[in-house]
Amino acid sequence: MKAKLALEDGTVFTGEAFGAETEVTGEVVFNTSMTGYQEILTDPSYAGQIVTMTYPLIGNYGVNAEDLESVRPQVAGFVVKEYFDFYSNFRATGSLGDWLAQHKIMGIQGIDTRMLTKIIRTTGAMRGVISSVDLDDENLVAKAKKSPAMAGLDLATTVTTTAPYTWDELDRTPFALPPSVKTRVNGKRWNIVVYDFGVKRNILRRLTAYGCKLTVVPSTYSAEQILQMNPDGIFLSNGPGDPAAVRYAIQNIKQLIGKKPIFGICLGHQLLALALGGKTFKLKFGHRGANHPVKNLLNNEIEITSQNHGFAVDPSSLDPTKIEITHVNLNDGTNEGFRHRELPIFCVQYHPEASPGPHDSDYLFARFVDMLERESVGAGKDKQEEKGRK
Amino acid sequence: MPRRDDIKSILIIGSGPIVIGQACEFDYSGTQACKVLREEGYRVVLINSNPATIMTDPDLADATYIEPITPFFVEEIIKREKPDVILPTMGGQTALNVTVALAESGVLKKYSVGLIGAKLEAIQKAEDRELFKAAMDRVGLHCARGGFVNSIDDAMKVAEEIGFPIIIRPSFTLGGTGGGTAYNKDEFREKVQHGLISSPIHQVLVEESVIGWKEFELEVMRDLKDNVVIICSIENFDPMGVHTGDSITVAPAQTLTDKEYQTMRDAAKKVIREIGVDTGGSNIQFAVNPKDGRMLVIEMNPRVSRSSALASKATGFPIAKIAAKLAVGYTLDEIPNDITKLTPASFEPTIDYCVVKIPRWDFEKFKGVESTLGVQMKSVGEAMAIGRTFKEAFQKALRSMEQGRFGLGADGKDDLNVRELSDKSRSEWKKKVLDRLKIPKPENVFYLRYALQLGATLEDIHESTRIDPWFLHNLKQIVDFEEELYSYRV
Repeated sequence: MKAKLALEDGTVFTGEAFGAETEVTGEVVFNTSMTGYQEILTDPSYAGQIVTMTYPLIGNYGVNAEDLESVRPQVAGFVVKEYFDFYSNFRATGSLGDWLAQHKIMGIQGIDTRMLTKIIRTTGAMRGVISSVDLDDENLVAKAKKSPAMAGLDLATTVTTTAPYTWDELDRTPFALPPSVKTRVNGKRWNIVVYDFGVKRNILRRLTAYGCKLTVVPSTYSAEQILQMNPDGIFLSNGPGDPAAVRYAIQNIKQLIGKKPIFGICLGHQLLALALGGKTFKLKFGHRGANHPVKNLLNNEIEITSQNHGFAVDPSSLDPTKIEITHVNLNDGTNEGFRHRELPIFCVQYHPEASPGPHDSDYLFARFVDMLERESVGAGKDKQEEKGRK
Repeated sequence: MPRRDDIKSILIIGSGPIVIGQACEFDYSGTQACKVLREEGYRVVLINSNPATIMTDPDLADATYIEPITPFFVEEIIKREKPDVILPTMGGQTALNVTVALAESGVLKKYSVGLIGAKLEAIQKAEDRELFKAAMDRVGLHCARGGFVNSIDDAMKVAEEIGFPIIIRPSFTLGGTGGGTAYNKDEFREKVQHGLISSPIHQVLVEESVIGWKEFELEVMRDLKDNVVIICSIENFDPMGVHTGDSITVAPAQTLTDKEYQTMRDAAKKVIREIGVDTGGSNIQFAVNPKDGRMLVIEMNPRVSRSSALASKATGFPIAKIAAKLAVGYTLDEIPNDITKLTPASFEPTIDYCVVKIPRWDFEKFKGVESTLGVQMKSVGEAMAIGRTFKEAFQKALRSMEQGRFGLGADGKDDLNVRELSDKSRSEWKKKVLDRLKIPKPENVFYLRYALQLGATLEDIHESTRIDPWFLHNLKQIVDFEEELYSYRV
């Protein structure tokens, strides 16, 4: 069925619908990964976005029940050059189009995604609409213009879990990555509370692989509620939208800083920066892909990383006496990670859990566990010292 | 890390005469290396027995020797020029072999000549299949079952354990010379004998056949700080059993999910680290069982290769040039990306198009050579094309072969005009074509079209060829579109 994609700047593309036949608005962004469309589609950080793949051939390996980053596709819409209903892979259980239709997500194919990407690179991420029900160009452009802008939008609250749950699952596929270091020496497992702003399952699987026992809680949980649970550490997840708009989370994190070890990824990284008095800003067209080179400033090694963010932390807004910048993007020099100089807090902008993407940064999960161990030994020592003084 | 100042002059070994499996791609890589290293201020000494190369043009090296690439002549040059190091990874298998010979005979030690790019141990580990298998074992990766033999009797023993068909690969030969596949004892005996003679160390590997499995390649680069990046993934259209040089190949890989691709990427990193190629590019080949995803490491080339030339063209990442810079001590993050100029070379190219390479054979020039394709390379050239779809790239590559074909059909040049066949002869032809497709041959790509025109299903064709159904589906789309066009005829 004929379908159209219209941007707020007036550009209209004509293609063909696949998946659901409907109409949807969202921020049009592009992703440069050549593999991993199913993980991308199910990543809650894409809520409210119409995702374009720069790689032109999509659907080749179908979909399966294992490569899910959440229970269902989360994107607003999906744009590709050539969609394949015919798939070939031994794990595939169905076609991408059927699966999108089942979840009422619309895809559009036959789009000149190279031109679309060039427009986004020049103008910046834009609002857009895809539709197979209204094919009037003017109408569509007007709808794109009327849709909500990403800046100032709190989307984390819309994708977070409604009730807390525990997580103890590992990647059971033959492709599971073993932890890069021995997980627990003495068999102890760490109790971690995961603040869910739109968490990807592979983060939960990797934390579990490193010996963490997870309780995932809604983003709205207060600092007191978290502290009452008395976890060994707190994890701040990835998620969609503008970090500055999630004000309650920033307030909660402020109260948790200094109380517990904290590790943040993506939106979690941005929220930590804001809670530490820093600033975030919207990138022109964001980083979305699986080939972003990041330099680890602590050991000068290069990691090829998986990324998905439209906002970034302004490193100059962070107090250098308290914060040490640890990771930088080699493409555009933007901030990719920092740690606190005194407190057990660190975070990265990119996705060490990959999925999709390279496994180069998996060591960060080991680092988190090391930090928890150091803190627990430290706390034990303090207590003993206290006891001794008494 | 800055460039090395402890070395002043570098000896580059070329690849010699053009032979099947070793052609102008090594002139390209050697020329790149000469240019880069001279720009860096090193004295470049070059040996290549082939004067019909770009790299032997005046001004590309400080001293050029057009002499046979043998240990004797290379030693003479070392005596005269006293290079500090040899860069052996630019001149294909020829350069590696002569370097290994010089190292093992003590010549390099005698004149205190070092190796850059790949150390002797790394070359040996990658080239000697026994050492390679042991290395893969150490990092938990799997190779095909089988063993090394030095005699027919031993070979027969291994054959009994693993069963037919069996692949025979002689050690230390280029382009798989002397190799083959045996389906029974007689064939096996003959091919092992031939392999033993072809191998300079009189050794062959007899191995479980993974014929029909999917074949993939990754182009990997590593620097002295142990940064590793994957430049390009390649999926072979033709399954295992056909030499990569004789396969239609596609970049990037088309039928791997991210989980499967990342497993392969992790394996490639383990391979290059365990083999110990310190700097530069390597090519690693994998076989994947289409039924369950089981992945085997087939081999690794610890040097720039035919595939790296293809990967360079496919991605715009100049592998030979960067490999030369890495060899003298630069790290990936210190070298600017040739395309963007602003970002460093420490990235993994991502492309928004599909690349198809189709080999070209010239059996007319090799009378009496069996045109069946196997593990020994027979193609003499190739065409590579880029398109926004697989179909576009495939058609452009086929047309670029300069064999008078304008693509897959629709040019009135078919050997078999399916449209004119009667219904009865159609079904006979269908069977004939499907049978013919069981044996890999140069013109098979056109027979795939005939099979589709004759109404063979993708399953039928996959059964005969083991070509992944996804590729066959794409060819079917081309054939169907031709039919549609044809139906508009007045």
